[in-house]
Amino acid sequence: MKRFFARLGYTKGFNVLKKGFWLENQVAIAVLGICSSLAITNKVENAIAMGLGVTFVVMASSAMIALIRNFIPSQVRMVTYMVIISTFVIIVQLFLKAYFPALASQLGAYVGLIITNCIVMGRAEAFAVKNPVKYALVDGFASGMGYMIVLIAASTIREVLAFGTFLNIPVMGEGWVPWTIMALAPGGFFVIALFVWFIRDRQQFVEGAE
Amino acid sequence: MNPLLELFIGSILNHNIALVYILGMCPLIAISTNVKNAFGMGIAVFLVTGLTAVINWPVYEFLKSTGTEDLNLLVFMITIATTVQFLEIGIEKFLPKIYNSFGIYLPLITVNCIVLAISLFFVNRNYTFEQTAVYGFGSGFGWMVAIVLLAGVREKMFKRSDLPRGLQGKGIAFILLGIIALAFIGFTGIANVTF
Repeated sequence: MKRFFARLGYTKGFNVLKKGFWLENQVAIAVLGICSSLAITNKVENAIAMGLGVTFVVMASSAMIALIRNFIPSQVRMVTYMVIISTFVIIVQLFLKAYFPALASQLGAYVGLIITNCIVMGRAEAFAVKNPVKYALVDGFASGMGYMIVLIAASTIREVLAFGTFLNIPVMGEGWVPWTIMALAPGGFFVIALFVWFIRDRQQFVEGAE
Repeated sequence: MNPLLELFIGSILNHNIALVYILGMCPLIAISTNVKNAFGMGIAVFLVTGLTAVINWPVYEFLKSTGTEDLNLLVFMITIATTVQFLEIGIEKFLPKIYNSFGIYLPLITVNCIVLAISLFFVNRNYTFEQTAVYGFGSGFGWMVAIVLLAGVREKMFKRSDLPRGLQGKGIAFILLGIIALAFIGFTGIANVTF
């Protein structure tokens, strides 16, 4: 068993997963996909829906781009990515509208904005065009999940402090005075800043000279 | 007050697209290290946001008349990419000096989420053509105000401050944005538009 884990550490799939989750966490280290992670995280249910949506779009579009990577001329590759990504985002949008109409109206325009989420485009350009389909899938899963974990952690802090609830269930007792600022934009900025600080400090990550 | 003027002021101050709706964050944080670059990016975003809003409104009317409005995301992205491309060619041809100072910022705007967001917002809120134009240019201007403010603070801070390791660079930009956003809450009620 021990040897199995030791060997696992050297496989490409495992390293891609580790990179996506922790070493190159898309929100904290690469600082990508910030708009949605700030705007959506005032409720945990929104964060889960957004995280799953982004994970699906990253995985599907990475796999698709990896599949046709040898046929895309490099001059028009951006437009090709945009068309592929838009198609999958429309699928997510119609799916949410059909099965979770309440959630869809709460997320509003932010579902459509997955198209311009830099994580999707960044993974396509940095990984999917150079790698076979199975690694592109693993990489998409890891990046999407790394994003979702930060989203869920940040939204837990914000929802508990701002509304005294967790997944709409009251947890803070009767006399809780809500911190209104946590539901507004500044609360999002401060909470995400804490996560960036924590993860970068644990990894001893220092940003290059500006 | 004139409702259109109110919409314009509202979209710059108390409904600022960057500091209240939290959109367009990636370029806002990446390019705000000095005021000169921030200003160039701001001008480019102002132009593109306004123009694409004006172009996308008739396009959406056309989609509605053919019953295909579910495809709006795909069509909006194509109009935005095309507009940016044409603007780039036009500026390069007629205003070469300005083109050199814009550099790489123009093509980057295609993936700036505020450009798409303005188009999606006018669909959600059923704006008329005039409202869309005013809202598009106003939001672009609001974004420019935000990036120039942030760049001013960061430029000074880079020279004089000693920050903990994890906060250097982009980490502190979030906290600064949080403080600027707090200040913008003070504008609440300056223009009572229903957004």
